[in-house]
Amino acid sequence: MRAVSKLASMTDAIARFVPDGASVCLGAGLEAVIPFAAGHEIIRQGKRDLTLIGPISDMLFDQLIGAGCCRKVVAAWVGNVIAGLGHNYRRAVERGVPRPIEVEDHSNFTLSLGLLAGSLGAPYIPTRSLLGTGLLESNRSFKLGTNPWTGEPEVLVPGITPDVAIVHVQRSDVEGHCHLWGTLGVTREAGLAARGVIVVAEEIRRREQLLADPNLVLVPPVKVLAVVHEPWGALPSPCQGFYGRDHEFFMRYHEESRSPEGFRAWLEKWVLGVPDWKGFLELLGTETLERLRVKQPQLSEPLDYGAR
Amino acid sequence: MTYTDRELMVIAAAREIRDGELVFVGMRLPLLAFALAKRTHAPRALGLFENGIVREQPAPDTPFTMSDPPNIAGALWSTSTGNIMALLQQGLVEMGFIGGAEVDRYGNLNTSYIGDWKHPTVKLPGSGGGADIASLAKRFVIIMPQEKHRFRERVDYITSPGHGDGGDWRRKVGLRGGGPSALITTLGVFRFHPETKEAYLASFHPGQSVESVRAQTGWDLKVALDVAPTPEPSAPELEIVRASDPEGFWTR
Repeated sequence: MRAVSKLASMTDAIARFVPDGASVCLGAGLEAVIPFAAGHEIIRQGKRDLTLIGPISDMLFDQLIGAGCCRKVVAAWVGNVIAGLGHNYRRAVERGVPRPIEVEDHSNFTLSLGLLAGSLGAPYIPTRSLLGTGLLESNRSFKLGTNPWTGEPEVLVPGITPDVAIVHVQRSDVEGHCHLWGTLGVTREAGLAARGVIVVAEEIRRREQLLADPNLVLVPPVKVLAVVHEPWGALPSPCQGFYGRDHEFFMRYHEESRSPEGFRAWLEKWVLGVPDWKGFLELLGTETLERLRVKQPQLSEPLDYGAR
Repeated sequence: MTYTDRELMVIAAAREIRDGELVFVGMRLPLLAFALAKRTHAPRALGLFENGIVREQPAPDTPFTMSDPPNIAGALWSTSTGNIMALLQQGLVEMGFIGGAEVDRYGNLNTSYIGDWKHPTVKLPGSGGGADIASLAKRFVIIMPQEKHRFRERVDYITSPGHGDGGDWRRKVGLRGGGPSALITTLGVFRFHPETKEAYLASFHPGQSVESVRAQTGWDLKVALDVAPTPEPSAPELEIVRASDPEGFWTR
């Protein structure tokens, strides 16, 4: 039996599987493998009223918020990791520009636990983190509970089940057997908790090559909605074994997005002014790609899955 | 010998790490402090990173973020955020570092909202893993620049819990971790009274004084009876810090 190919263009994958109003998990790998190519396509298609879910968002949520795609943020941290505050995030929360957004404050641990609970099909997971903090007040989804055995206080973190998780990986086959290595963050939990996963891969490989290491397969392919082949698709964030982080891009964005006009100009240039990710990469230039490309392979030892 | 405020902060922070400890490192100045401690008095300390990394040795070129590929290559363990946080919640992590936008006299940190959280004047990025470290590490060290408007009698919002309103507040709310043990600023080093849990000035950096620190503190500052200048950085310490941050991105 031949399995069905889920290979799709980024345009089609986003158009089909990220409807207006969807809850979307992006950037589950913290500062690495952030699916910027997918994020920019969401902006180009003018998606609206999205709920953005992620532990930290290094610049991508700020862009989506500034572009008016977002209604609500469920996150532990939103900004620009090496530069500081997210200017669009600030404008949206403080002044409702370009539109007001709702914020559900998490810590990295509670976001991870929420997705874990979602992945387990469990209603909630208790934790000892965040007791006594303002997060219990500003995030109404948390409940203060008591351990039924000891009576001790605990925070109940409800399950988080995104409509879709967009994950960037090194390689996948066309059915969605995919391998991710390097920084994982909450990626596996996100993929398992989401109703469906869009896989964005640096490389498309044959099924046999992926299934040679089934331990490394990120999520069961039954979860995968689409597989998008998008080399360099996590830039300017890094992808282990493929490319490093473009720190300068993050610093420049921080300066250029300081005013709403500056951000609009940035958006026109880097997102709306190009038809697709290839256009973004052309703007970035081959010299930058060459500078960021990993040049010294550091291979792991092959594994022996011998069975007979 | 000349050095910057931030170089001195890194060196003071490194001195807070004890040999053999599991340390929740994070980024920026704490990452440099971990590198320094490893190369001097704490060679057996292990560094934890909330993206899922455990390292024995700092990455050769100090990464800008914990998820930069050099911080993963050569790790002892590369796993999920949840598995690293699990070590924290089990009580296995001796110490962690946290920064903040605002701190108060009991070491509570705000990195979420300035003003009323329902109508904030400034929306800050949020907790990240800070609230988890503050809740769950056996002790934590705060590193931040000192300015009067950031050193508040009471923070507007507790993102990362310090000692609450003092005394046995942490025990009352159910927090297992020990809370802040030191607050390292651009002007001095504060510690916390064993009973009241209020911050007091333990040392002022060279060139500062009790009065200059007091002038940048937004509460009625208590001072240790044996308050003294913070020890000057040694030449080898400075050399290691500069080797870890050759372009001075974090310390200049």
